[in-house]
Amino acid sequence: MLTLSRWKITAVILSVIFGIVFTLPNLLPQKTLDALPGWVPHQKLNLGLDLQGGSYLLYEVDTDALRAERLTNMVEDVRTTLRNDQIEFGELGEAGGIVRVRITDPSKVDQAVSQLRRTIGGPLAGTISGRDTTINNKGGGQLELSFVPEAAKADAVKAVTQSITTIRNRIDKMGTKEPIITPQGSNRIVIQAAGESDPEKLRAIIGQTAKLTFQMVDETVTQDDMIAGRIPPSVVVIPGVQPGAPPIPVSKRALVTGEDLVSASQEFDNQSGQAVVGFRFGGAGARKFGDATTRNVGKRFAIVLDGKYISDPRINQPLPGGSGIITGNFTPESAAELALLLNSGALPAKLNLEEQRTVGAELGADAVRAGSISLAVGAAAMFVFIILAYGLFGGFAAIALFVNVLMIIGIMSMTQATLTFPGIAGLILTLAVAVDANVLIYERMRDEAAAGRSPMSAADTGYRRALVSIMDANITSVISALIMFSMGAGPVKGFAWTLLIGVFTSLFTAILITQVLIGWWFKVAKPKKLPIA
Amino acid sequence: MASWPLIRLIPRSTHFRFVKWAPVAAIFSLLLILGSGVSFFTQGLNLGIDFKGGVALEARMPTPIPTGELRTALASFGAHDAQVQPFGSPNNAMIRFLPEANQNPNQAAVDLENKLKQRFPTMTIPSHSAIGAKVSGELLGKGFMALGIALALMLGYIWFRFGLSYGTGAVVAVFHDIVLTLGLLSVLRIEFSMTSIAALLTVIGYSMNEKVITFDRLKENLRKYKTTPLRDIIDLSENERLSRTIITGTTALLALGGTMFFGGPVLFPLVFTMTFGIIIGTYSSIYIALPLILVWGVKRGDEEATPIKLGAGTRP
Repeated sequence: MLTLSRWKITAVILSVIFGIVFTLPNLLPQKTLDALPGWVPHQKLNLGLDLQGGSYLLYEVDTDALRAERLTNMVEDVRTTLRNDQIEFGELGEAGGIVRVRITDPSKVDQAVSQLRRTIGGPLAGTISGRDTTINNKGGGQLELSFVPEAAKADAVKAVTQSITTIRNRIDKMGTKEPIITPQGSNRIVIQAAGESDPEKLRAIIGQTAKLTFQMVDETVTQDDMIAGRIPPSVVVIPGVQPGAPPIPVSKRALVTGEDLVSASQEFDNQSGQAVVGFRFGGAGARKFGDATTRNVGKRFAIVLDGKYISDPRINQPLPGGSGIITGNFTPESAAELALLLNSGALPAKLNLEEQRTVGAELGADAVRAGSISLAVGAAAMFVFIILAYGLFGGFAAIALFVNVLMIIGIMSMTQATLTFPGIAGLILTLAVAVDANVLIYERMRDEAAAGRSPMSAADTGYRRALVSIMDANITSVISALIMFSMGAGPVKGFAWTLLIGVFTSLFTAILITQVLIGWWFKVAKPKKLPIA
Repeated sequence: MASWPLIRLIPRSTHFRFVKWAPVAAIFSLLLILGSGVSFFTQGLNLGIDFKGGVALEARMPTPIPTGELRTALASFGAHDAQVQPFGSPNNAMIRFLPEANQNPNQAAVDLENKLKQRFPTMTIPSHSAIGAKVSGELLGKGFMALGIALALMLGYIWFRFGLSYGTGAVVAVFHDIVLTLGLLSVLRIEFSMTSIAALLTVIGYSMNEKVITFDRLKENLRKYKTTPLRDIIDLSENERLSRTIITGTTALLALGGTMFFGGPVLFPLVFTMTFGIIIGTYSSIYIALPLILVWGVKRGDEEATPIKLGAGTRP
């Protein structure tokens, strides 16, 4: 066991070189690092948000609202389909996730079903009918439409993916340092922005759904009707963005939506000199917008953002080019912000902020300092103690421990695993447990020497027989690290990573490096007695 | 030079009657468990916002924080039951509060932050966390589930590796460690957060580690001395392992000591919990895990000897 086979020496030397080379970037100033040639590793430790400062935001996609909106749309789609086909119906409404409608003419029920089947809902993979909606003929002209159960999940996943794209667009345009935006579970999004970023601005820009629609104002509904609640089923009353603006009745169906927008920008109105948002529709959107404005000259339409209208201009002439301006009481800044939101697209659903953790950069720097001092003091105390306890062999263990630190930092730098503040505590504990492996080996050697073995044979047997205990002990550590990694969030994950990497480097260094050193010492010193016996 | 290295100071062979004292230790442990239970059920754990939801702000000022004035200000801002605790230095304080049920904790935190900055112009808020009730509830559930899974897996491993009575001994001892650690957190009102779960998992890992290492030696001795009473073999194994336990325990405590004193107030609860856990884990290995094996007994036939091969010709 203690023979100095070539592979052992090579492995030890390589690991030491590896540790030094990959740890070095952390110790060099950035300027020196930049000047180094490209093949030298440049990656520094990837510090967690708690160490470098930054914001962690957890949003939940409001899937209930999404569902409610889809059901409202379904009701409107049923109405439009049946009207277009001149099928008479009544009792159209939605309750408990089911849209119900009664077809008045019994001979047209089948026609209604087949028409609705064509127009309602969309395709959905993995379902029997291949569609996300089902239509039930209850008899007596009564039809029930609902979403299949899988549709909710598919919608949530789609909403999360879309939201991530939109958020990325928005944040990129703000010029924030590369944020990490990831989905979590079925309906959550985590945003991690490192460094000195303004969390409030980040929240403001992410929190806006920015759903833009153009809806006709229903001028047949009077002020008195609204007060009395006499509102036709196809009309909805919405408030204004401006405080004190009177609510207006608009048609539930949107003429055009923000999805058809190609671009938006902050401009100034030629006549009034006020800040406005200019917009342009592309292809289909332009055609829809042109048609709608041609058909409705002289009427008012409302520009609606997230359920509130910004302005309700009158259509003076058809706008076939598909471009126009949104007026409102904008400042140049608020117009620019709206343009940014419109350009990056709407979020498919409202996002609720569920969790926020923000750490200032200064506090992060404090944590790095405290962590480094703790690590240095802890390691130094261990070095001194282990050398006092085991003398020369303790020195070997201390060397192994030092290489262990280098290897952990090197591997973490190379793999860009995140080091968190609790992770530093994990690192320190890992070192303490790494020493345990050496203690087990040395104690075994002492036992064997006491049992009368020669120094060489005692040392050899010590390594071999301690290995079983060391393996058993480390398996339990791996179990707890893996559990922390799979179930923990944020800093705890970092803690687990450090622990896990530490277990493997500790096994390697504590067993192999001390073995090579002791083997070499046996060769040189030819001892008659073990120094720890 | 005879006493250096220091390992020579530890007697080569000790003959402590550990098992004899186990009943006393059992009573001692039961009292501690009872005390932990009383504290746990009367005042419970001091749940942090990770698990309770709510808002935590760290306030920093260039001068000592006028805590009284800060409390009055918070009450006037409508932050009900706000706690103000000094944090690390007199210039630092941690403010915690639970927003009303219908209030968004994140919005509440931002509002409060703005009001505080107006009232105390020199105040900065270097860190800020807000967690909704939904997420915090999930975190608590997940946290305890992690502890449960870890225990179950380790029980499984020890059962598989050593046998059922060892597994039971280890799990009872580790349970004892968890209860006492939770009891300590409860008695001292140390905040229980996600990192406390990490600390507990580490404590479990370390404690299991201790048990496994003694079990290894016990098993080996059982094969070596086939006729010696089990009680004596347990004592022997523990005595043989004593110097290792002392050295490893001291190293771990030294290592954590640095962090305890220099790691600052954020790491303190984590390190304090781990330190306590290391001490209690070492105690429970000696006085609980092994003596418990005596209660159930172990099979000592030759069939126990075959599974482990330590290498040919090494058995003396």
